[in-house]
Amino acid sequence: MATTLTLKELSKKEDLLTHGHRMCSGCGAPIVVKQLLLASDYPIVAANATGCLEVSTCISQYTAWKIPWIHNAFENAAATLSGVETMYRALKKQGKLDKEIKFVAFGGDGGTYDIGFQSLSGAAERGHDMLYVCYDNGAYMNTGIQRSSATPIGADTTTCPAGSVIKGKTQPRKNLTRIMAAHGIPYVAQASPSHWKDAITKFKKALDIKGPKFIDVISPCNRGWRSRTDDAILLSRLAVETCYWPLYEVEQGFTKITVVPKEKKPIEEFLKPQGRFKHMFAPGNEWLLKLAQEEVDREWERLRKEAGSE
Amino acid sequence: MKLKGWKDLPPGAVVTEAGSAAEFKTGSWRSFRPVWLAENCIQCLFCWMYCPDMSIKVKDGKRGEYDYDYCKGCGICALECPGKKGKKAIVMEEEGK
Ligand code: SF4
Ligand code: SF4
Repeated sequence: MATTLTLKELSKKEDLLTHGHRMCSGCGAPIVVKQLLLASDYPIVAANATGCLEVSTCISQYTAWKIPWIHNAFENAAATLSGVETMYRALKKQGKLDKEIKFVAFGGDGGTYDIGFQSLSGAAERGHDMLYVCYDNGAYMNTGIQRSSATPIGADTTTCPAGSVIKGKTQPRKNLTRIMAAHGIPYVAQASPSHWKDAITKFKKALDIKGPKFIDVISPCNRGWRSRTDDAILLSRLAVETCYWPLYEVEQGFTKITVVPKEKKPIEEFLKPQGRFKHMFAPGNEWLLKLAQEEVDREWERLRKEAGSE
Repeated sequence: MKLKGWKDLPPGAVVTEAGSAAEFKTGSWRSFRPVWLAENCIQCLFCWMYCPDMSIKVKDGKRGEYDYDYCKGCGICALECPGKKGKKAIVMEEEGK
């Protein structure tokens, strides 16, 4: 196994997600998947919840995957993969298979935070040896930018539009990373494609740990975030630097912040380039920005306490 | 690839050819084209890591040319490229100009 992670070494690996997929130009999700696949030294079997990644990487007889990949429905990627993993264990026991194979489920925030949550929670509780990776773009982007429980407060979506009375989503986002950590599973983490080394290190670590693992990865969507096609990495980096998306892991119950930003940037820097937060910068709506900042500060302080860095 | 009718598809619509999406060229989506200026390139490979479309060819750890058959022209590579001494090694040019 390679000990030092360098792009030079990683680039020698085969692309297991090929070009020719039909994700939008500049989408963050394929970058997340690419980093996961590059991280693995094992053969991977993947399941995909319904979502952008699923519909756009497997259209009719075109598949962008070079690994065994299953799509079942929206709500059951974790349940489907639990079954596959169980069969694998049975075959191993019977001596029909001896290869070390890893199982990874991918889901967007809709298929993970909302629709697929009970199957994910069930798989975690049953202790299946699998890694669930959520690429979180904060709304149902595939069906036309409807709010999900991952949509941040204030964001404008087609089902919580920012108007003259209601200013976008009125509720804060659900913190699924925490909820998964509360399952007491061996490994839970948050990652960002901008910090590729941190992300790949976490993926590698998760794949080597037995039992259920969950990694939540921020995944910019220029269509839904109303931003430019070239800023997926810039925005995911800003999400980390503003502490909107802290990079941390909870391993066997112990919290560790893996990347501490040199200076904590104001949340405006993350919100400003995104059209979905445009109304928050209109005169009279300063309270919304304040609310968003308070949210971030509260969570960051809580995290720092838990990590013992305060 | 010729599209199959429903009678020709395997049960469960199982796709048996891995990576067949490569037969679908997405390069025509592009309205801006990234151009690589090798003289400003420091071979950091950030562009390769961040390209969502696996459209930057790297051989033996060295950055090579673009794969314009697939590049959708998002511009991530150009934005992230540090270049040499403040000079970008990737510039975006409008297609058809
Ligand atoms: S413009 Fe986008 S798709 Fe094209 S090579 Fe650069 S990062 Fe890849
Ligand atoms: S990001 Fe720029 S400098 Fe780095 S390898 Fe790519 S073209 Fe060269």
